[in-house]
Amino acid sequence: MATHGKVTGIVANLVTVQVDGPVGQNEICYITLGSEKLMAEVIKITADRAFVQVFESTRGLTVGCPAEFTGHMLEVQLGPGMLSRKYDGLQNNLEAMEGVYLRRGQYTAPLDIEASWDFIPLVKVGDLVRAADWIGEVDEGWVKHKVMVPFDLEGKLTVVSVVSAGSHKAGDTVAVLKAADGSETSVSMVMRWPVKVEVRAFAEKVRPFKILETGVRSIDTLNPIAEGGTGFIPGPFGCGKTVLQHAISKQAEADIIIIVACGERANEVVEIFTEFPELDDPRTGRKLMERTIIICNTSNMPVAAREASVYTGMTIAEYYRMMGLKVLLLADSTSRWAQALREMANRMEELPGPDAFPMDLPAIISNFYSRAGFVKLHNGKSGSITFVGTVSPAGGNLKEPVTESTKKAARCFYALAQSRADSKRYPAIDPIDSYSKYLEYPEVTGYLDANIEDGWVAKVMRLKDILLRGKEARDQINILGDDGVPLEYHVNFYRSEVIDFIILQQDAFDKVDASTPIRRQQYMVNRVLGICDEKLSFVGFEQVPTLFKKLINILRQMNYQEFNSDQFRSLESELDREIAARRVS
Amino acid sequence: MSGQGFKPKAFQKVYTRIDNITKATCTITAQGISNEEMAYVDGRPAQVVKINGEKVTLQVFPGTQGIATNAEVVFTGKPPSVKVSEEMRGRFFDAYGLPIDGGPAVEGEEREIGGPSANPVRRKQPSELIATGIAGIDLNNTLVTGQKIPFFADPDQPFNQVMADVALRAKADVIILGGMGMSNDDYLYFKTVFENAGALNRIISFMNTTENPPVERLLVPDMCLTTAEYFAVDKNAKVLVLLTDMTLFADALAIVSNRMDQIPSKDSMPGSLYSDLAKIYEKAVQLPSGGSITIVAVTTLSGGDITHAIPDNTGYITEGQLYLRRDTDISKVIIDPFRSLSRLKMLVIGKKTRKDHPQVMNACIRLYADAANARTKLDNGFDLTDYDRRCLDFAREYSRSLLAIDVNIEIEKMLDTAWSLFGAHFTKEEVAIKQEFVDKHWPKIAEKA
Repeated sequence: MATHGKVTGIVANLVTVQVDGPVGQNEICYITLGSEKLMAEVIKITADRAFVQVFESTRGLTVGCPAEFTGHMLEVQLGPGMLSRKYDGLQNNLEAMEGVYLRRGQYTAPLDIEASWDFIPLVKVGDLVRAADWIGEVDEGWVKHKVMVPFDLEGKLTVVSVVSAGSHKAGDTVAVLKAADGSETSVSMVMRWPVKVEVRAFAEKVRPFKILETGVRSIDTLNPIAEGGTGFIPGPFGCGKTVLQHAISKQAEADIIIIVACGERANEVVEIFTEFPELDDPRTGRKLMERTIIICNTSNMPVAAREASVYTGMTIAEYYRMMGLKVLLLADSTSRWAQALREMANRMEELPGPDAFPMDLPAIISNFYSRAGFVKLHNGKSGSITFVGTVSPAGGNLKEPVTESTKKAARCFYALAQSRADSKRYPAIDPIDSYSKYLEYPEVTGYLDANIEDGWVAKVMRLKDILLRGKEARDQINILGDDGVPLEYHVNFYRSEVIDFIILQQDAFDKVDASTPIRRQQYMVNRVLGICDEKLSFVGFEQVPTLFKKLINILRQMNYQEFNSDQFRSLESELDREIAARRVS
Repeated sequence: MSGQGFKPKAFQKVYTRIDNITKATCTITAQGISNEEMAYVDGRPAQVVKINGEKVTLQVFPGTQGIATNAEVVFTGKPPSVKVSEEMRGRFFDAYGLPIDGGPAVEGEEREIGGPSANPVRRKQPSELIATGIAGIDLNNTLVTGQKIPFFADPDQPFNQVMADVALRAKADVIILGGMGMSNDDYLYFKTVFENAGALNRIISFMNTTENPPVERLLVPDMCLTTAEYFAVDKNAKVLVLLTDMTLFADALAIVSNRMDQIPSKDSMPGSLYSDLAKIYEKAVQLPSGGSITIVAVTTLSGGDITHAIPDNTGYITEGQLYLRRDTDISKVIIDPFRSLSRLKMLVIGKKTRKDHPQVMNACIRLYADAANARTKLDNGFDLTDYDRRCLDFAREYSRSLLAIDVNIEIEKMLDTAWSLFGAHFTKEEVAIKQEFVDKHWPKIAEKA
């Protein structure tokens, strides 16, 4: 029998409930207030009192309101039909909600279990299967959506029956499995899974070894992110965090994109809703929206559900990963999630850590990032979740708890610099502060050298060296004056400017420049390094900027042209002529 | 305004024994009380903030000075609410929605304040501009319906004057002014300006002045926005909400959280500051039915420091920010073209305004930046080129005829003014605008060789 309880205390959305039976930590309950049922999660238990955080406004709640416990943790429903959906942090289907304003206590089904899908069985009666094995598949848009053995089943199971190919409803039984102890389980296309528990029904999680192309040059070339890797983008407001994340979501070569808009502006989400259904996915020729799921808990939606939203996104990502797909998960912004944790810790009167964040914040963050990764499935296939989160550091100061905790967990660090944003050098990723740990992985460097070109990683390191030397040269020039330094300093500075303008800066709003395939990045890197290697002769430092500005201008025009088009080639000849005129003979 | 003359009605719960009294709260033993319900303690408005069994803690808005343990506590059974109707136009109210202009009480539908959020999938992308006549806004940082944007201003800057100008000129159907911690002088200024302009029928004001208890301010934004939702949702009106000063609102949040024994985070602000501010600003919305709520707020800075928790959190929530700056060259206050930003302007400029708008805007700012470099050269004792001098001349006139906050012209006129400045000071190459626009708009008479 389900546990029941009565409300005995209320402070904002923290409610104490006196219970009449067993309750579990993180168990979900519903509190009845008039005709509304408010969803809540148990976050602390003291004897017969459960402390629950309510996912909605608690206005009007009184002592004595009845609560009913569900016996399970916060779960999501997984099955075909999730792609292109817009969910809130608790996986309610926002499209299905009535009215312009969200109504308290209104919960909508994440999936249509009455929908019919063309099911093709992948197993036959008598086969031995285990958790997450593929029983069959349906076409969810262009994705071969696998119907899997529920993730929580243990050991080997025998297929007792499986339906034949044809149209079946999502909620109907498609197979019956028998466990070693003789118990039978009916399997439909839909299963449930608790969001705070990682889906681990894969064979092994391996070290990432190849890169995930994003089309953003300052990521792919300078600090590549691995498929199955993690990265984060901290930056003060107005530095282009969201624009950068949107660019990645539009261009990355992933099968599934899951965007968690966590505590951010509603109009930004509206922009995705408006744009994505219009944008073409270059890889499938379909609309971008068809491979996208949006979890949207904007800043004004209830705070507790904001915390749940990142887990909801991660769990859906894990589900698709088990189908052998490449998933890209983006969360904007993880700071808002951390703030949600802080508000609750505060109400629970926990002893605070730095900046009043809970003491276990670093553990929570690293635990979350660790759920990403590249996995090998039992059937030999592989799948991955690449996770990129943004961080909104208070006052733009990177020495704050969320940034610091994330730095320990994420492997790529894309620092957005206010100074770059101020001088309109977008994307404002600071080339010197940012890093990718994957460039230290022998697997990844081996992959890059084998797949882009031999010696590629060495070239990337040279780019970084030139950028650093250019920065040092500029500092010296600023201190000593234009004519107080050797001419070589000016050349060094302008070499770094060529890299900055041509490789780093990228126009996210230009059709061609917005996304650069890796082959084109390779070509331009070689061109730019070629220029840096040229021995050029100058009379006086004034000639240095004149030439380099001319070169930069031509190279920029090249970036705006279709790769290898006639204009591209003619600009390139112009470039060669300009260089030849200054070359030391 | 404390609810003096408040008479308990028959069905309301009345108690006369207070267990605990602190500076801001009273705790009594009561049953069947609901969370966030309004009550009156000795006639003073109060709200339920905590319930623990039969112990109910009330936050008394005007403070608890002089309240005795046997004071009368009356529960209303309702959360804070406002009566909304067309009758509100032209009226001035306090933080509880009661008239302070000597007029009669407003009759209308009673609505809970601080209602739910708009479903993001039901929002429309903002696409309609709101003209203010101020070129520093319309030309460089165009406002769009459904946007939320603050002025970041130092306390010595004339932000309330700018807000009054915006209120009078903005092409909006209803304008709602929320004053928080406003000096009585400023309140009277707004009142006089609105009355003299004969614009009262478009304007509704909720005022918390420095003479009122600070905690009352917390109700003002929700009062304004619930009223705004009535006009935007029910009447499909284009509503502009002006909130000044949000820094004082945040200060009141800090006072309350301190009295509730919450652990402060950055700059002594409550940990929930971001969510508290977002709940207000995110009420800005473009509705599918055509109605909209646009919010222009003031956030005062201390010494221009935008890394303080209040402007910092605000910056992450709002869609851009506007800065005021005193231009010593023309001795007027201008809207700083460098640091100000309207994130949504790209949705309307060149689309809802003349096609040359984006290019003219960028050219002006670029030339203005060249002028700033020329000024640095001048300050460092370097020689100026002819171009530098022309930039400086341009900057002065640009500042006077377009950036100054006392400019009040149509957007077409702003663009024409910019073109005549280009023609007077620069060659076509120096301005570097797309040829088709130059052909169409370059001034015929003033042409330079």
